[in-house]
Amino acid sequence: MAFQSIINLSYLIGAIAFVWGLRLLSSPDSARRGNLLAAFGMGLAIVATMIMPLAGADNNYAWIAGGMIVGGGAGYISARRIKMTAMPQMVSVFNGLGGACAVVLAMAELNHFYQGEITMDTGSLVIALLALLIGGVAFTGSMLAFAKLEGLVSDRFLLLPKHNIINNIMLLGLFAGAVWLTIQGSEAGILLAVGVMLLSLVYGVSFVVPIGGADMPVVISLLNSFSGLSAASAGLIYNNNIMIVGGILVGASGTILTVLMCEAMNRSLLNVLIGGFGGGASGSSSRGAAGEQVAKEVSYSDAAIQLFYSRAVMFVPGYGLAVAQAQKVCKEVDDILEANGVQVSYAIHPVAGRMPGHMNVLLAEADVPYPKLLDLEDANSALKDTDVVIIVGANDVVNPAALDDPGSPIYGMPVLNVWDAKSVIVLKRSMSPGYAGIQNQLFFHERTKMLFGDAKDSLQKLVAELKKM
Amino acid sequence: MDTVLQVFNENLIMIYLLLFTIILGFEVISKVPTVLHTPLMSGANAVSGVVIIGAIILIRQAHSDDYLTLGLGFLGIVLGMVNVVGGFAVTDRMLEMFKKKK
Repeated sequence: MAFQSIINLSYLIGAIAFVWGLRLLSSPDSARRGNLLAAFGMGLAIVATMIMPLAGADNNYAWIAGGMIVGGGAGYISARRIKMTAMPQMVSVFNGLGGACAVVLAMAELNHFYQGEITMDTGSLVIALLALLIGGVAFTGSMLAFAKLEGLVSDRFLLLPKHNIINNIMLLGLFAGAVWLTIQGSEAGILLAVGVMLLSLVYGVSFVVPIGGADMPVVISLLNSFSGLSAASAGLIYNNNIMIVGGILVGASGTILTVLMCEAMNRSLLNVLIGGFGGGASGSSSRGAAGEQVAKEVSYSDAAIQLFYSRAVMFVPGYGLAVAQAQKVCKEVDDILEANGVQVSYAIHPVAGRMPGHMNVLLAEADVPYPKLLDLEDANSALKDTDVVIIVGANDVVNPAALDDPGSPIYGMPVLNVWDAKSVIVLKRSMSPGYAGIQNQLFFHERTKMLFGDAKDSLQKLVAELKKM
Repeated sequence: MDTVLQVFNENLIMIYLLLFTIILGFEVISKVPTVLHTPLMSGANAVSGVVIIGAIILIRQAHSDDYLTLGLGFLGIVLGMVNVVGGFAVTDRMLEMFKKKK
């Protein structure tokens, strides 16, 4: 009895550690402690689960230890070795595996049920099916998100005509399958359950297919919330409070983050999910191809001189900064300019990059102090007093079409009004449109000059030029 | 209808727990600065690895000759453990960078 109380107390402390840890994660000063606290809660819960008394259990500790060593080792090594720029992919993979774990648990439970080894009432059956379906979607959805972010497949990979209708039919099929399984009870048999599981895996892929480009942060956050919900459903299977609390917390926080990001883009979640951004709506734009317009180029030395003699410079980083791993060179330019009395700041659009807050992480890695990072509103008011804006691999978040072209798929999204600055230098590999596939009039703006090439390369050349002065 | 009401009445404490946790989740997260979105998501992702608890219970309850369940449980532990350890480690790495300035 006393021993059981200790187990229960450990679970309670673990659950509080989750809540408090997430709370501390919401503030820069305490974030690291928050993460460690949540990790401590998890460790406590795992140990308690290992030693809690289970009547008539075979325990099989060797299997548990083996799984922990393999999984823990793989997780730790990949977390340590991964490059900072590949962080969104990594989080996506981890998230998918959590979902897969829920699928495995639900299948094991359903297998026992269909073999007649245990009985389940309708409620338990619904819960097991929820864990199965949500976990399945989180699993394969995250894997496709990973593949897209890693560049293994294109944003239009597997995209079918009328894809949204196909998705909706599949979703209906999933619901119908789950309802049928529930009504049939143990009559349904394991094969039908496997069929529904496979359909959820296919749906997970299909669900992410139309989403691409700047919408990836939203979908990753949403999948995160799914894997939380699948964990909570699995917790209901075992009637385990810490699994329920942990899972629901993640489900709720993931949902809030998703909504915050949709708000930042001034779009509804539905609009994101049907792929309005990456989905080829660009053809409807009232502006034709910009073939006849000519963008002005600038030389490295001219650009360097312009920067050197300005008062205020603002960087606008985007996904291109991450791809080129240019964050440290960026800071080098910043240091040289600061040493010469130029005021340097960074404008961070809420959906720049491929993960919420992606740019903040990269710039933090390069030791850029975060008071220098301006959010959308502050940046837009500071832009009027900025001499030179340097755009490093950002595109859609600085596209004026969002303000003045109702036909554009990004119309209505708040953007950085970089054209308010006295001049703009765009670091870009080529004239190709951004991930959203939308042409950007900014490149042809009278105040804009282009600096073609790899972002890191270009910045390094700028550093060299600046050092000569 | 009666069964629904019965489920509601019998699981009242559980329903309270679910609803309060949802509200708590919303409240805890809603005022996060953009700068912390990535670590927060990554940390929350690690917490969702709590599903590993289920895999441990599954294995412990399995008969020692039920290799299908043991295999599934083993797989579940590996998957959950990657999620937990990897998630917390990657979050810590990110936050380490935030810390060393100001």
